[in-house]
Amino acid sequence: MVTLKDYEGGETAWCPGCGNFQILLAMKRALVELALEPHQVLFVSGIGQSSKLPHYLKGNLFNGLHGRSLPVATGAKIANHALTVLVVGGDGDGYAEGGNHFVHAIRRNLDMTYIVHNNQIYGLTKGQASPTSERCFVTKTTPGGVILQPLNPIALAITLGATFVARGFSAWTPHLTQLIVEGIQHRGFALIDVLQPCVSFNHLNTYAWYKDRVYDLGDEEDYDPEDQLVAFQKAQEWGDRIPIGVIYRSERRIYEEQITALKAGPLVTQGHNPLDLEELLEDFIP
Amino acid sequence: MDFNFLVGGEAGQGVQSMGYILARSMAKGGYSVLASQDYESRVRGGHNFFAVRVGDYPVQAVSEEVNLLIALNEETIRLHRGELTKDGLILYDGERGKMASAEPALVNVPFERLALEQTGNRIMGNTVALGAALRLVKYDFEILSAVLRKTFGKKGREVAEKNVDAARAGYDFVNEGGPASFKYRLAPVGASRKMVINGGEAVALGALAAGCKFVSGYPMTPSTGILQYFAGQSEAFNVVFEQAEDEIAAINMVLGASYAGVRALTATSGGGFSLMVESLSLAGMTETPAVIVLGQRVGPATGLPTRTEQGELEFAIHAGHGMFPRVVFAPGTVEEAFYLTAKAFNLAEKYQVPVILLTDTYLTDTYATAEFDLSKVTVERGVFLSDEEVRALGKYGYMRHKLTPSGVSPRVIPGQADALVVTDSDEHTEDGHITESAEVRLQMVQKRLKKMNGLRTEIGGPLTYGPEEAETVLACWGSTYGALREAVDRLNNAGAVVRMIQMSEIWPFPRKAFMDAIKGSHRLVVVEGNAMGQMAHLIRAETGVEATGKILRYDGRPLTPAYIITRFQEEVGA
Repeated sequence: MVTLKDYEGGETAWCPGCGNFQILLAMKRALVELALEPHQVLFVSGIGQSSKLPHYLKGNLFNGLHGRSLPVATGAKIANHALTVLVVGGDGDGYAEGGNHFVHAIRRNLDMTYIVHNNQIYGLTKGQASPTSERCFVTKTTPGGVILQPLNPIALAITLGATFVARGFSAWTPHLTQLIVEGIQHRGFALIDVLQPCVSFNHLNTYAWYKDRVYDLGDEEDYDPEDQLVAFQKAQEWGDRIPIGVIYRSERRIYEEQITALKAGPLVTQGHNPLDLEELLEDFIP
Repeated sequence: MDFNFLVGGEAGQGVQSMGYILARSMAKGGYSVLASQDYESRVRGGHNFFAVRVGDYPVQAVSEEVNLLIALNEETIRLHRGELTKDGLILYDGERGKMASAEPALVNVPFERLALEQTGNRIMGNTVALGAALRLVKYDFEILSAVLRKTFGKKGREVAEKNVDAARAGYDFVNEGGPASFKYRLAPVGASRKMVINGGEAVALGALAAGCKFVSGYPMTPSTGILQYFAGQSEAFNVVFEQAEDEIAAINMVLGASYAGVRALTATSGGGFSLMVESLSLAGMTETPAVIVLGQRVGPATGLPTRTEQGELEFAIHAGHGMFPRVVFAPGTVEEAFYLTAKAFNLAEKYQVPVILLTDTYLTDTYATAEFDLSKVTVERGVFLSDEEVRALGKYGYMRHKLTPSGVSPRVIPGQADALVVTDSDEHTEDGHITESAEVRLQMVQKRLKKMNGLRTEIGGPLTYGPEEAETVLACWGSTYGALREAVDRLNNAGAVVRMIQMSEIWPFPRKAFMDAIKGSHRLVVVEGNAMGQMAHLIRAETGVEATGKILRYDGRPLTPAYIITRFQEEVGA
């Protein structure tokens, strides 16, 4: 039986009070709840405080470059689709540096779960604006306040036809745990954008700020997360009230099911013999 | 026998398919063939040509002479008339053009009218021209018809037969009215089983033969053909091609797949490779095997997108931040492209390093006659731990970056029970976790660089050719091989005494083998397709030997024997 102890990892390098601790806990609990053993799981992360998360628990890990976690995860999942693939990063990693990969990973719809720690600020580099920073937010690189429109990852993902789009809040750890469980169980690309206060550099979107605003969509009996237009509308809600939970869900064939080569099992288990090419060489003989 | 066809016309007129069928037809009759292409970065219009050189000896270079010019438009005549030999002919469609028909070199065959009459389709005029051309050199029509049937067979019987009819019409038309003055006779010299294949196809086949299971790339000339060929074999060979959103994604997908335990490759050109460079460094740091085809074309920036250059040797060797081991190969022929691709995968996995295959537009696009021996392809995957070996280390006791005398750490397939495969782009401990320790940093740098020692033992030395006593050595690398070899033959036949070396396994630089190869020489002339002499620079950096001369070409066209000979004679004042 898998327990939390199995996922115990190294010492963290995060600031005391960081929302990352709650996300780490939710992640471990979700994996335990799913009875996945660490060696069955592959974490892929980029660069940022959030991308260090997989170092602080157990699992296979490819901690690559800033913004490039999704393509690494794509290659690994294609090579071995038996692995449970979890991609972890932040708003800078995923929505700025890796924006192009985010768009196309949704189109591909491989069966993987993407958890984005969204604190609306750059933490590792100590306090610059992020793609999700709110307008007028003063940071070290926007002394006059942010003038760009913030990126709405939820709306973007819904527009692209993502098949599982959820938002969590780090302080609601049991709720977040369930979202991660559902995200992993979902067949296809699952986005979980996690609102997470940065206690060192974001003094606008604080714990108190969020706690006053977030509410659980799961409590809204008549909300239908399978209606794309309704979900898109819900994705615009931000301000006095911020919905969390599964905002959009749909079914679409996953990438892996559509690739002939994968029908014979994971690529990594398939054999090879150079002599099989004999027939191919014939094509070149006039 | 040395005979040169040149087929020219606009993009969209079928110059490429016609040149290809011509090359296949001559090869099937037992000739050695080298068919090079010249095309512009456009889909329609412009001027394209396909030069097919045919010999009864191994043809290895482009010629600058034309014996039979097949002009699908007037511009072709204007642009290539100067290359025609004294006894050469120009085959053209007089009903389409307005050429002075009095010129004795012109042979008028109404390509389009005959195509329309025979097949109801004007577009097959190029096949009519092909038939006429082969009649002029008195080739066997049965060989041409067999090649047409095999080549067009995939498009259905009707298409194939219409092409045969069109070719027949051209063949018979000339039969009735060909000039007697044209004395060339290319009778088939015997049945051949040799392939007609270009460098791009050879790389793709090399990857398949090596057991590459995953390719990702973003289309870019000249490497697009490699991606397409591999993609076309997905179902037959249970391999996966994924078209990436950009080259950064492509290389990272390759690293992900390779980390997960399958052989993986990406192919691009200089611009795409530039985007990949940060991740090349990631491959070095995480010790993830990768094979990267860098098809050189003319830079900087977009340069001449469809033309050739050897301008990225130093870039390939030095690309990437930080220091890490790598391998750079630059195949010189289609055979080398095939075998070195297979070797690239072996070295990538045995030493857990990125391997860069430096090809170029000329090698990628040029068709040659060749044979590949599949039994010579070995698959050496390096050290992987079995389940028992993993268990012996204790639960999660495996360390991905374990320090070893060779610097190479055994691999485990992620997902194997009781092991965790952890790696990091940050400096990391033996178990792959992030660290800031100065001591670990030193150990890890030394571990990674130590792999160069093993790699050095794997690198083949330069190829040498020509009389050993020659005091003049001409040195080249990659695809300049064929042109230089012919130049050396011609120079020696004309009374010079020269020899040559060619480097195709370039990094780690084989210092000792290089010094042995140039032993006894007093003059070293480096021949390469770039403006600054990158190989000359590398030789000096690695050996202290300074080239006495350089023959460089950087106009986007391939080096030819005639170009080398002219420059050499200027160089030595001969």
